Amino acid sequence: MTEIRIDLRPAAQSAPAAHAMEPASRGHVIEPAEPAAISIDRLSLWYGHKRALTGVSLDIPVNRVTALIGPSGCGKSTLLRSINRMNDLIPGVRIEGTVAYHGINIYGKDIDPVEVRRRIGMVFQKPNPFPKSIYDNVAFGARVNGYRGNLDDLVESSLRRAALWDEVKNDLKKSGLALSGGQQQRLCIARALANDPDVILMDEPCSALDPIATLKIEDLMREIVKDYTIIIVTHNMQQAARVSDYTAFMLTDETTTGQLIEYGRTQELFTNPGDRRTEDYISGRFG
Amino acid sequence: MAVRPGGSDFSLRATGSVARRQALSRASRYVLLGASLVGVVALITLLWDTAAAGASRVSWDFVTSYPSRRAADAGLRSSIIGSTWVMATTILLAIPIAVGTALWIEEFAPKGRFLTIVQLNLANLAGVPSIIYGILGLAVFVRYFQLGPSILAGSLTLALMIIPMTVIASTEAIRQVPPSIRDGSLALGATHWQTVWHHVLPGAMPGIMTGTILAISRAAGETAALIMIGAFTFIAYDNTSLMEDFTTVPIQIYNWTIRPQEAFRENAAAAILLLIAAVFSLNLIAVIVRERFRRY
Repeated sequence: MTEIRIDLRPAAQSAPAAHAMEPASRGHVIEPAEPAAISIDRLSLWYGHKRALTGVSLDIPVNRVTALIGPSGCGKSTLLRSINRMNDLIPGVRIEGTVAYHGINIYGKDIDPVEVRRRIGMVFQKPNPFPKSIYDNVAFGARVNGYRGNLDDLVESSLRRAALWDEVKNDLKKSGLALSGGQQQRLCIARALANDPDVILMDEPCSALDPIATLKIEDLMREIVKDYTIIIVTHNMQQAARVSDYTAFMLTDETTTGQLIEYGRTQELFTNPGDRRTEDYISGRFG
Repeated sequence: MAVRPGGSDFSLRATGSVARRQALSRASRYVLLGASLVGVVALITLLWDTAAAGASRVSWDFVTSYPSRRAADAGLRSSIIGSTWVMATTILLAIPIAVGTALWIEEFAPKGRFLTIVQLNLANLAGVPSIIYGILGLAVFVRYFQLGPSILAGSLTLALMIIPMTVIASTEAIRQVPPSIRDGSLALGATHWQTVWHHVLPGAMPGIMTGTILAISRAAGETAALIMIGAFTFIAYDNTSLMEDFTTVPIQIYNWTIRPQEAFRENAAAAILLLIAAVFSLNLIAVIVRERFRRY
């Protein structure tokens, strides 16, 4: 694959050279065969004095679904939020290590988080449509990013890709809050897709949904992953097994908070885990 | 038949401690109702008393006549026009500053000593008696900036007076906007300001409106501060500029109540009725506007 260089800096300046990382020592962490969309290297994070991540290193492959699993407090949501700098919004956050996106460290000195977030979209745990019309929800990202094309077409194609168009095409002026929970979440996905991101982060996107709505979102993820890279945090191991290509298992134990225990192909990790703790977790012995 | 766990005299009627606690619970309802009635009864009595004294004076002539030495000829024309000028100017001066301050405090200010000082100051300023603002207005706007006892000086004084309470109400409203909305907006690549403009401000608008209307109602009835800056004058013309002397409805009411003649008291009562009606209408408008903003 040819390397894509994307300038994340606010002003139009020449792109810096992508810098190579020394591979860190990795136990049961594989390096995917596919090229990496996101390359995380020895990432540690503190909320004030509280440590949340300890030396996490993994490569997220392009056009695949990667699931982050692990018990509550293992740092999987924190890891997800560090991939599009949403943790910046929390006061007192300190970050060490690098998150490289197309070879550029998004925590580099001249990186603008707004440039990062428009390329790395996010869908949240609880559906959070804006209290505006369905149309305005989808069009918002395009509007703030100065989209020049036809908004109507963009709204329609985004809603189609999110498998919501047929249900809402006659109610585009209706409030996004009038939709059901599952529809709201698909609206949030449509909203993220309208920005035409590279990567979509999903933080337990189905935890507030019923099983049928969950299935729809999962089908949708399998469908859109042809064009996007998806990283999903989930509490639901069946979901991780159903929907993801790669799975990362994280854990907080007595000595280390937020560490990556194992990372591999989902099928491999679930059928033949390399680490004892992974096996215990996926077989339901704790967590 | 089901077996009674407590034997043949088993009953679920309240006895002992339950009976005592229930009696207290029932009594509390009436005590609290009584507390609520104090305010209602006071307002009704006040209105009734005022209406009895002044209702007969309320007429279109009363609204459109200039003040006069003869009570029967006197009206509210210049004070209504003065009040309108002062209120409109006060709103234009105070609201942008107050909402801007609230947004800075909630959205942009770095947490630290300076922010604490600002917030502490605002909380204290909201409790300062209005006459103090009058003294400040007299010293700063009327004398130092040589604005005289003008509409502009009065509006600046009232704006200073209502800014702290409007800021406090607005910060509360901004804090009510759910963080998930902010996150959603920022995650789409909106800047901080775009997030504030498109989501935080509209979301906080109903609360900001409520606080603002309350503040405006207070300013509309303000007398002491305006008398202090020298607005206690006889005006027999329509105001056409910010630099003119002025009078307002509450000042006119005060003026009439201190006259010895009974007929002027009736005028004052009639003016009070109109002022209360105006404040009620303001509140009604606030409710309507608020519901509009809650459409989605």
